[in-house]
Formats: sequence, C-alpha cells, structure tokens
Amino acid sequence: MADPAIEVHGLSKRYGDHAALDQVDFSVRRGEIFGLLGPNGAGKTTTLECLEGLRLPDAGRLRVMGIDPTRERHKLRQVMGVQLQTGSLPAYFTIREMIRLFSAYHEVNPDWAVTERLGLGNLLNTQYQALSTGQKRRLSLALATLHQPAVLLLDEPTAGLDVGARIALHELMRELRAQGTTILLSTHDMAEAETMADRVAILLQGRIVAVGTPRELTATGAGLTKVTVRTINNSLRAFTHPQIRQSQQQDEYAVFYTTEPGPVVTAIMHHIQTEADELVDLRVERPSLEERFLELTRTAASDV
Amino acid sequence: MKAFMLHFALEFRAALRNRNLLLMNYLLPLGFYLLIGGMMVQINPFFGDQMIPAMVILTVLSGVIMGLPTNLVEAREAGILRSFRVNGLQSGTLIAIPALANALHVCLTALVITVSAPLIFKVPAPVDWPMYLLVFLLTLFANSGLATLIGVITRSGQMAILWQQLLFIPSMILSGLMVPLTLMPDWGQKLSLMLPATYAMAAFQGSAYEGETLWYAPYGMLLLFVGGVLGFVLASRLFSWDNQNDVQRHRVVLALVAMIPYLLGALLLV
Repeated sequence: MADPAIEVHGLSKRYGDHAALDQVDFSVRRGEIFGLLGPNGAGKTTTLECLEGLRLPDAGRLRVMGIDPTRERHKLRQVMGVQLQTGSLPAYFTIREMIRLFSAYHEVNPDWAVTERLGLGNLLNTQYQALSTGQKRRLSLALATLHQPAVLLLDEPTAGLDVGARIALHELMRELRAQGTTILLSTHDMAEAETMADRVAILLQGRIVAVGTPRELTATGAGLTKVTVRTINNSLRAFTHPQIRQSQQQDEYAVFYTTEPGPVVTAIMHHIQTEADELVDLRVERPSLEERFLELTRTAASDV
Repeated sequence: MKAFMLHFALEFRAALRNRNLLLMNYLLPLGFYLLIGGMMVQINPFFGDQMIPAMVILTVLSGVIMGLPTNLVEAREAGILRSFRVNGLQSGTLIAIPALANALHVCLTALVITVSAPLIFKVPAPVDWPMYLLVFLLTLFANSGLATLIGVITRSGQMAILWQQLLFIPSMILSGLMVPLTLMPDWGQKLSLMLPATYAMAAFQGSAYEGETLWYAPYGMLLLFVGGVLGFVLASRLFSWDNQNDVQRHRVVLALVAMIPYLLGALLLV
C-alpha cells in the first residue's frame, strides 16, 4: 500500500495559554477527499496552516507526500496547492495577470482551461477588487490547481458561494479526485463533508474525536432513524412497537424514531394491512453526520 | 528570474491603476513642482539654484515614504502576502518587487522634473551629471530602505501613516528643501541631520552642483548608502507574513537601528 499523502502525528500548537491543537493524529490516503470537520475555533485552520508551512508546530511530525512542511518548503510548493480561507490577492491585478504570474512562479504554462471550467473565462481582464466573493474563491482555487498538485488543501472553499458556484466547485473536486489528486477539505458544512468526503475527522477543542467514513461515523453514534408515515385513515396514531424509542404526530404524519428501522417498517406495513388502511407516504431518514457531530460536540462540552 | 521580471512588470502596471500611488508618485510631486516650485522661484531667486534637487527629493519622499509603506501594510493585512507565500514566493521577492516598481515610478517623475525645470523655470541644471545620478540613486535607495522597513514593522495602516508623517513633514520643513540649512538655528540643523533628505540635499548641492555645504558631501552620501543597506537588511530580518503569527518583540526598537547612521551624522558632522 502506498504511503499516505498526508501524515499528522502528535501535532500540538499553543497560543499563549490556549492549546489550539493537542496531540492531533490523522492520515490522508492518496487520491481521497478527506474532510476535516469542526466548529469555529476547533483548530482546523491551525492544522492546515501547519501543513502549509505557514505556522510552526510546537510538537508533532508532519509529512505531505513524504515532505516535511516545516523544513522543505520549496519542495512542498511543488506538490501542494492551497486555497486559503483568509487569503487575498493584489487588488489591481487582473485575473489574466495573476494566472500568468502564479504559473511563472510554479514554472508551468498558464492553464486557461481551468479558468473556463471555473466560470472565470469571461473575467480574465477584470481586476481582483471588482470580483464577487464567489469569483474570488474560484480564482483562488484556479491558482491553487495551476501546477496540478498531488495534494490540495481547501479551507472552507464553499463559504459565501451561491448554489451554482458550489455545485461547480464540488464537480471540480470530484474531477480532481478522479485524476488522483488528494484533497484535504476543511469545512464546518456537514452536508458538504457527507456528500464530498471519502473519510472525515472531527476536530473539537484541538483534539480529534472521531475519524472514519461519514457512514461509519453516523453508525457509531446513538442517532435514531426517523420513520415518517402517512396513511388515509391515520391508523398509526396509537401504533407501538418494542423497538420504537419515541413517536409523535406531526400534522397528518406519524413519526417514529428507532435504531432498528427494518423491523419497525415491516411492522408498520403489517399494521396498515391489518387495519385495512392505505399507505400514502413513507420516508426513512438515517441519522446524518450533522446529528453525529452535534452528539460529539455535546459530549465534548459535558466532559469539560 | 522570468517570474521575478513578470512580477515586477505587473506591479509597476498595477500602480498605475492605484489612485493612491498615482497621487503619490505623479500628481503630488508634479503638481507641487509646477505650482509651488514656480512660485518659490518668483519669491526667492536663490531657490532656483536648488529647485531641481529640492523637487526631486520631494518626489522621492512623496512616492517612496508616503506610497510604499501603506502598500506593504495593506498587503499583509489583507492576506495577500500569505497567498503569495503558499505559492512559493520568498520574503526577499516581496520586499524587492514593490520597492523596485515604486522606484521606477519615482525615476520617471524625477526625470520629467530634471529635464523640464531648466526649460520652464530657467533654473540651473546640474554641473556634474554622473554625480547627480549617483546622489539621486542613493537618495532613492536610502528612502526605499526606510520605507520598506516602516511597511514591514507596522501592524496597521494607521500606524504606518503616523511613521510616514513623522519622516515626511520634518523632511519638507527642516532638510533644506525650502529653507537653506545655513538659515536655521543650530538645534534645527542638528535635528535636520536625523533625516536622510538633509544629506541628500547637501549631496546634490555639494557634489552635483559643486556648491558649498556645511560638511563634506561624500560623507553624507556614505551615510545614505549605509542607511539604505541597514533599512533593507532589517526589513528582511523583521519581515512577517501576517499579523497573526508569532510576532518578534521589540521590532520597533530593532528597526530604529536603521537611524544610527543619521544619528552619527548629527553627532559628528555639524
């Protein structure tokens, strides 16, 4: 098996008395999208900045494609592309000028195709100061991918983007993954992580509290599956089952919460048939990553 | 090198789109030259002898001292330096590019003044042209070093403006640009020697115009050179990519080392 694209072992960083990162460990496999999740202030950006070589860790071992970000910055730039959360670009440079400039620094030919793909093709002569937030983020991503890096670090890439731009960016991330690019995605958007990431790590108060695929993480929690049913005669109003933890009536819908949706749905169908009722609508919603995240956050808060 | 040259060209062009830099590099010095310069020649005939050096130094002060630091501070505050850093640019490049691009703008304005002043205002041209060029380049170098240092050590735009004004206003009043040093009281002369512009003015008068000065002009040129070197060396040592990183303490105290040549000048020359 190939070495991981990114390895983080025992990463710690303090700002005065505040421990921003405390013994953080995770690794990112080559060619996967890895989501780093956490609320504001959890340490996501500090982790990324240590990997980018922008910040020196107090302790820990970091490797990006086998390169030490704290010592081999020049080599690091060749394999890594970065989209910063708080980065900006010169206000009076046009998009065309910045693509040319960054291509020159990366010693590659300007990739105009990426500007087309990101919807910037007709804005090449527009100055940075005149771009919208979404356009600036897309430009930042275009610049990060100009030299076709093996690893891409994205810090809240879709923050402030409209739906269209968000979808386009997700498509580009999938394309890049298909081409073998490893993506470390820092976000607090759970839905984005759930749909985009192959694996995620949840960072709370500077510590990793869970790592796995979104499905694995949601499965390990106490999250309940929600079963929502509507029938013509509303025969489920008083329905009970040993594996239903909680039930309620919402308008014309009967709502049940269970950890075992299979037997419960079977029992519901049997009940409807027995009562000569007729099914109108049935929905089964598995616990989301967001619910698992909130559960972990509550646990972490109660531990303090 | 190709990337560096491209960056320099783009930075130079971008400054032409920046109203603030346009004002500081072109409109203010040229406007001052045409209005005040012309007026001063009428009021004080002796001003004619020093008009070109005075206006060229004003151009350097306006373009470099007033233009360069704010640009650097804004780039750091906005996160532009961080964006450059993650794309592999070195701190030396980010110090050199704005200073060089700014210097080229100043050179163009200075060239306009140097060529046009004898024709428009009938003021004397420099006697020794190579020395004139050398003094001009030293003046530019010394002030660029100081301006870059201010841009590097100040944490906010407001603070940068304070430092800029602290150099610009006394330089305009005390360095001999408008009033000859010989007419100033002793304390005024001493104070003026803390300003690079004073040495520049004396060097222009003594070396490029072969006039009389209060001290041997090449000493002043040496101090300008040392001051410029110190400015750039300290700027590269104290450079920080952003305001959030662990900032070196006592930066301002260290930065004041760049003023040592001028302090020595004040103690030893007059």
